[in-house]
Amino acid sequence: MNKTALVTGASRGIGKAIALELARNGVNIVVNYAGSKDKAQAVVEEIETLGVRAIKFQANIGSEDDVKAMVKETVKTFGSLDILINNAGINRDNLLMRMKESEFDDVIQTNLKGTFLCIKAVTRQMMKQRDGRIVNVASVVGISGNPGQANYVAAKAGIIGLTKTAAKELASRNIRVNAVAPGFITTDMTDALSEEQKAGMLQMIPLARLGTPEDIAKTTRFLVSDDAAYITGQTIVIDGGMAM
Amino acid sequence: MADVFDRVKDIIVDKLEVDESKVTMEASFKEDLEADSLDVVELVMELEDEFDMEIADEEAEKINTVGDAVNYINSQQ
Ligand SMILES: NC(=O)c1ccc[n+]([C@@H]2O[C@H](COP(=O)([O-])OP(=O)(O)OC[C@H]3O[C@@H](n4cnc5c(N)ncnc54)[C@H](OP(=O)(O)O)[C@@H]3O)[C@@H](O)[C@H]2O)c1
Repeated sequence: MNKTALVTGASRGIGKAIALELARNGVNIVVNYAGSKDKAQAVVEEIETLGVRAIKFQANIGSEDDVKAMVKETVKTFGSLDILINNAGINRDNLLMRMKESEFDDVIQTNLKGTFLCIKAVTRQMMKQRDGRIVNVASVVGISGNPGQANYVAAKAGIIGLTKTAAKELASRNIRVNAVAPGFITTDMTDALSEEQKAGMLQMIPLARLGTPEDIAKTTRFLVSDDAAYITGQTIVIDGGMAM
Repeated sequence: MADVFDRVKDIIVDKLEVDESKVTMEASFKEDLEADSLDVVELVMELEDEFDMEIADEEAEKINTVGDAVNYINSQQ
């Protein structure tokens, strides 16, 4: 039987690349999104051409009710839930001194609490199955810090700690939990940066190129595969050597 | 009453792999049945499925013995 993966924020960017990469490896996919219905539908159709099944599901990962409904629908549709990719995330950059409380709260709510709520919701099913693989998308700035991103960095560092705790709590039930920490990846999120900022980033990357969503997708596919059966609680940095 | 107890007992024996004779109303999951915290959470999940009910986290936290579970289920039916 095919495995089933729930990928949050799979309508665009890194989440979309992960969804397609898993689909290419025979995994049925739930494409979660917040507002981009048409984009999510296009991802579903692209996945279906790869010979696996897919559905889209609109849910705000920061809402426990939404997340519970999504997990329920996943199990109802596919009969199992084997893989969770906590990818959905937002940023509201601002200098610490200027950062509004709402900007801080929004980012923590979606990026950190959303990750927690999704892990909590899938655990029941994965414990029953005695099998589960979870990958959380953190960020290299969660390790190194980054000016202008106090909220985002706090959330991403939080995800790294959450990953370790979930890994320890759930290991006895054969649920592995790891994180990937992307560096500078070309997506809508980073398109917002100026050419000057991008050139500056490039200078700090030993492999001298920006990352692609596929770079993240391939490592993620490895972490959820049986090849990574002995890896849990880890954060793999995928940044072209930027932070060492 | 006996019915609920027997159904609960079956689940406990199956999940915790303990001898039937150890599963009494007074038995504490952690002290007498060698369950850890996660086992208890799992057990509560199984009971929810078996009895088709939702046990709120606040209620679940109060379930320490087999009797606690049986009495809670009876009180809801
Ligand atoms: N790009 C980078 O350089 C980089 C670097 C490090 C880490 N990351 C992390 O990688 C992840 C993906 O980033 P990306 O660059 O691919 O972002 P993106 O292109 O901006 O896409 C974000 C995705 O998340 C979804 N989303 C946002 N808020 C949501 C919510 N509340 N509930 C459900 N879905 C929600 C969006 O859905 P809609 O399309 O419906 O809005 C979209 O699918 C994020 O966690 C990000 O922090 C990115």
